[in-house]
Amino acid sequence: MREGLLATRDVDATTIGTITLDSYTRVGDLGAAAQALAAGEGLNGYPIVTHPRQVTGDMLAGVVSEDFPVQVRHGSARPLDIIAAMTGTRLTATEGGPVSYCLPYGRVPLRESVRNWSRSCELLAGLEEFGLRPHLETFGGCMLGQLCPPGELVALSLLEALFFRAHGLRSVSLSYAQQTHPGQDAEALAALRRLAAELLGPTGWHVVLYAYMGVFPLTAAGARALMDDAAALAVRTGTERLIVKTVVESMRIPTVAENVQALLAAAGTARRTPRPLDGAGPVPEASPTEIYCEARAIVEAVLDLDDDIDRALLEAFDRGILDIPYCLHPDNRGRTSSFIDDSGRLRWAETGGLPVRPSVPFGKSPTVTSSDLQAALTYVSRKYDGQAYEPCGPTYLEQQEEQHPALGRAAAAGAPSQGPGSGGRPSVPVHRTNAGGTHRGTAGADGDAVRLPSGDVPWTGTSETDARGM
Amino acid sequence: MSVQGALSPVGPEPAPVRSGAAPVRDDVEHGDARRRRVLVTTVSSDAHTWNLVYLQKVIEELGCDVVNLGPCVPDDLLVSACLEHRPDLVVVSSVNGHGHQDGLRLMRTIARCSELSQLPVVIGGKLGIDGGADEDRPAELLRAGFRGVFEDSPASLGQFRSFLARLPSRAEP
Repeated sequence: MREGLLATRDVDATTIGTITLDSYTRVGDLGAAAQALAAGEGLNGYPIVTHPRQVTGDMLAGVVSEDFPVQVRHGSARPLDIIAAMTGTRLTATEGGPVSYCLPYGRVPLRESVRNWSRSCELLAGLEEFGLRPHLETFGGCMLGQLCPPGELVALSLLEALFFRAHGLRSVSLSYAQQTHPGQDAEALAALRRLAAELLGPTGWHVVLYAYMGVFPLTAAGARALMDDAAALAVRTGTERLIVKTVVESMRIPTVAENVQALLAAAGTARRTPRPLDGAGPVPEASPTEIYCEARAIVEAVLDLDDDIDRALLEAFDRGILDIPYCLHPDNRGRTSSFIDDSGRLRWAETGGLPVRPSVPFGKSPTVTSSDLQAALTYVSRKYDGQAYEPCGPTYLEQQEEQHPALGRAAAAGAPSQGPGSGGRPSVPVHRTNAGGTHRGTAGADGDAVRLPSGDVPWTGTSETDARGM
Repeated sequence: MSVQGALSPVGPEPAPVRSGAAPVRDDVEHGDARRRRVLVTTVSSDAHTWNLVYLQKVIEELGCDVVNLGPCVPDDLLVSACLEHRPDLVVVSSVNGHGHQDGLRLMRTIARCSELSQLPVVIGGKLGIDGGADEDRPAELLRAGFRGVFEDSPASLGQFRSFLARLPSRAEP
């Protein structure tokens, strides 16, 4: 863990650290985490609740600083113990949300998640009394990883940020995950920024772009191209922070070296991408776009339900005003679906109770078939793999190490990847966060982050990931 | 407590059949003896859902009604769902590599419930962490009581479709 954080910190780019928790801790099975630790078994993440604070403090000594913040990533619908474990360790930043870490990956009732998250936010906000600056990032912009139309992603990201603010947090960030069409994504990011300015005010927030979270390209060239597009998209839209993946995302948990290489590649692309002439973000007077209007309609419909945002969120899902396509959680109504149109844009098929219009072309059925779904799930991977074929293997990484000496040091510090099929344990537990993922690419995976050099950027970001290995 | 995934409860008139949101109909009460009811589920440790969403569509396209329990299904929840919905078939789909072990445990739990003794249960997906290398796995699962094992391969979906087509129509109680 410590070696991985240091390797990330030392990358020749503006990076931020991540501590990802093990899957036992994520689901609150502290007994199992303690048992594994006591038995010396490998865990797929950091058991922050089980380790004494002193151990965590020692691990972070000389690592965390103003220039290198560290974010705790956990994927938990009930994070109160985790937040409590963070207090007193110099860790002040984490991420998630009552909707985004409840609905996609388990069956904790939404009511319970909302209650636990509200207490967690208040506990985290209380760190201000000690002169600290707690920060919370929404995961709502990444729902299910793929196939949620951007209008709803933007709305969910805003709603979770409003939830955080309502429970005392002043510094927040809003996530959005790269989808199927760069133009549509740019429109979504602009809508996110515009709504954030309107609802959160001018300061105390920033935007984080996640590189594609769905089924990932199989080839190294395809993965690199996808990551390049993510970095370019972030710069073009004035996004302050970027979370990237490695070229091995579709196959296995990456090594420290691969993580470092991904950070360097993203930083390189970001440097080469021209910045918007007017600085970060869109011109506020620009006419409202379709995604902005859709997101705004959803947010307003939810907020109109109740002055208390906790109750508003619960009622919204109960009525289907919020409804995530293909989400099987018992509290999700399941009356919405989406498809990818001929231009590559993500569109609504069935809209259920949402205050939005479907986009089904005239004469076509709104039903999404199993073949449609399969094609949509693999659209991005097929598109990027079709551009060039290049096998991903040791030769590629050796070339990278020649060009980037930092990789050589990182490689020396890291062990070869222990893929999901091997059953082995790496000696340096620095891998990829993989909320429910397999080596075929998953929903909910995140990765290393680069903080883009774009002027006065508030604290943000994460880099270096731990895996929830399979 | 609702045990349904993405499904709406039965209403006064049948809702249109939509992918991912097919209503559950009690065939016996409404007199339709031919539509089979399939319960789609996964093992308790598995949080993946795209496989479950996809399978539901495949099964609905073959003319069955689906109850989808979603991710991370505890063994006892599956048993109570089977008692409540009385499916013609249970399909366990798992892709996290723990399906073999969790599936064996699940079958032992189902076997303890005498009311479910005739219920066919099949299992498929990525059931181990070795990429399908364990040749004994299908036999062991069949011995444990699964009526079919469809480990992930180019042929497995077609085999599953054939199995489903041969499933007897819904019987009278």
